[in-house]
Amino acid sequence: MVIRAFTKPASYFVLIAVSLFFLMPVYVMIITSLKPLDEITLDQMWTLPSSLDFSSYGEAFSKLAPNLMNSFYLVIPATLLSALLGAMSGYVLSKWRFRGSEILFTLMLFGMFIPYQSILIPLIQFLREAGLYNSIPGLIFVHVVYGIPITTLMFRNFYVNIPDEMIESAKIDGANFLGVFRHIMVPLSVSGFVVVAIWQFTNIWNEFLFAVTITTADQQPVMVALQNLSGSQIVQWNVQMAGALLAALPTLLVYILLGKYFVRGLLAGSVKG
Amino acid sequence: MEAVRKETAKGEKASKKSYSSDQWMALAFLLPSFLLIVIFVYGFIGWTGYVSLSNWNSLIPDFSFAGLKNYMYLFSDFRFQADLRNTLFFTILFIGLVILFGLSLAILLDQKLKGESIFRNIFFFPMALSFVVTGVVWQWLLNPSTGINLFLNTFGITPKWYTDTNILAGFQWGQIEFGLPAALIAVGIAAVWQMTGFSLAMYIAGLRAVPDETREAARMDGASEFQIYRQIILPQLRPITVSVIIIMAHISLKIFDLIYSMTGPGANFVTDVPGVYMFETTFRGNYYANGAAIAIIMLLSVAIFIVPYLLNSRKGEA
Repeated sequence: MVIRAFTKPASYFVLIAVSLFFLMPVYVMIITSLKPLDEITLDQMWTLPSSLDFSSYGEAFSKLAPNLMNSFYLVIPATLLSALLGAMSGYVLSKWRFRGSEILFTLMLFGMFIPYQSILIPLIQFLREAGLYNSIPGLIFVHVVYGIPITTLMFRNFYVNIPDEMIESAKIDGANFLGVFRHIMVPLSVSGFVVVAIWQFTNIWNEFLFAVTITTADQQPVMVALQNLSGSQIVQWNVQMAGALLAALPTLLVYILLGKYFVRGLLAGSVKG
Repeated sequence: MEAVRKETAKGEKASKKSYSSDQWMALAFLLPSFLLIVIFVYGFIGWTGYVSLSNWNSLIPDFSFAGLKNYMYLFSDFRFQADLRNTLFFTILFIGLVILFGLSLAILLDQKLKGESIFRNIFFFPMALSFVVTGVVWQWLLNPSTGINLFLNTFGITPKWYTDTNILAGFQWGQIEFGLPAALIAVGIAAVWQMTGFSLAMYIAGLRAVPDETREAARMDGASEFQIYRQIILPQLRPITVSVIIIMAHISLKIFDLIYSMTGPGANFVTDVPGVYMFETTFRGNYYANGAAIAIIMLLSVAIFIVPYLLNSRKGEA
């Protein structure tokens, strides 16, 4: 009892201290983005702005708006298509297994761990030949292809938990392969679909290597544009922080509204699920 | 396997025709994904391997055979040797801290404190951010002339963070000074800030899987809370620690965006990593064969961790 009385406040103290450390970047981002440029001096970094100045948001938005739109054009179709492919292959690999399907599944999974540098040179050659280089459709294609392993894994793990008896009885009622998929698997895995969609949305939105190597200038998604902001001659920290917040906002909103599903996706990535 | 066997047993009852059309549909469902992976993962890795053995080190493709020339060049190259050193130390630092913080916070949150979900949400949220956003923000926070140093100045400490060119405990080895580059600590702080949420989530899930009866029984036997964790719970978390190490190792070995947006290669390449070198030498310098060789080395280093892990974790399920 004595130990408990001591450890509880100590636990709170540690948790609050670590929380402050985790929130510190957010605090600095917000206050910096709300300051006019003449208040962005090095020694005033931690002080609150004397008055709220939203002009850096206006400037960041005007610079990033086309790239934000690119990101939406990229992320929405890429998420839906890769989820669809994952649902299809996950269905076969969970409920229609065949000789060698487990080996095939393991071979597919390896694709989600590879450093993408190891496929980047041929990929760009291929995209050039196909006329998809430096285009949003090209990036969509890339994210769909390299999203297959993780979406297959996630859907497969959801489908495995749907009892075989349900499928058997549906088959006795005359349902075929497609019927079982449409009337049993899909309706029963709606929450699974949400997990996959949130995971893909977040990952593709945040992705940088493909974006920076496959697109240039006006085709670039927002993360590349954000990185370019900091590469300019004079670093306007208020504009840059406002830009970082704008670029992070969609995934942050998804996390705040649907965090539970996001964390489930996080855990599903460790293979066993 | 089992599904198919059941299927054949039932196939005799149902019409033979519908059974085989189901098989065709299953093939149609799997084939697109399968072919895409075969071509774009395995085929392209093979192609990259081929480029790494060629003389293609200019804008014009040249596939004449160069043997291991590009690899030999890299291993004698100052920058690549620095990259290998940096990757080694960064990976150890990063994994160690992510496990330490994730496990400690998970145990603290396991004490059934009030406001647990608020704390959890705070620790998880950086996981939803891009490494680019993290890089941009921490570049500002760890700027040596401002940021955190404004506090540390009052204690008379002024770390140079990512601009520091010192190698801690360094000694000359090959072309480079071997040791922990001080600048990598700054990058490590940002990476740990972002990724601790992952190990925390894993450990929380692991702790929840320990049945309350186990703890009760141990308490009845007179074990202290500390002993319960030390002797009963921690050993059960070992598989989770293995997963965390593997997942974090593969992230660390291929890291690119965080370093590219936060520090770049750094003076004397103190924060350079193979991912950044590969990007710059291939797409800025047009040394395609060298870039391909770096990529293959990265792939092999990841495969050392991932292949046994995949085979092992899939074995239990088949």
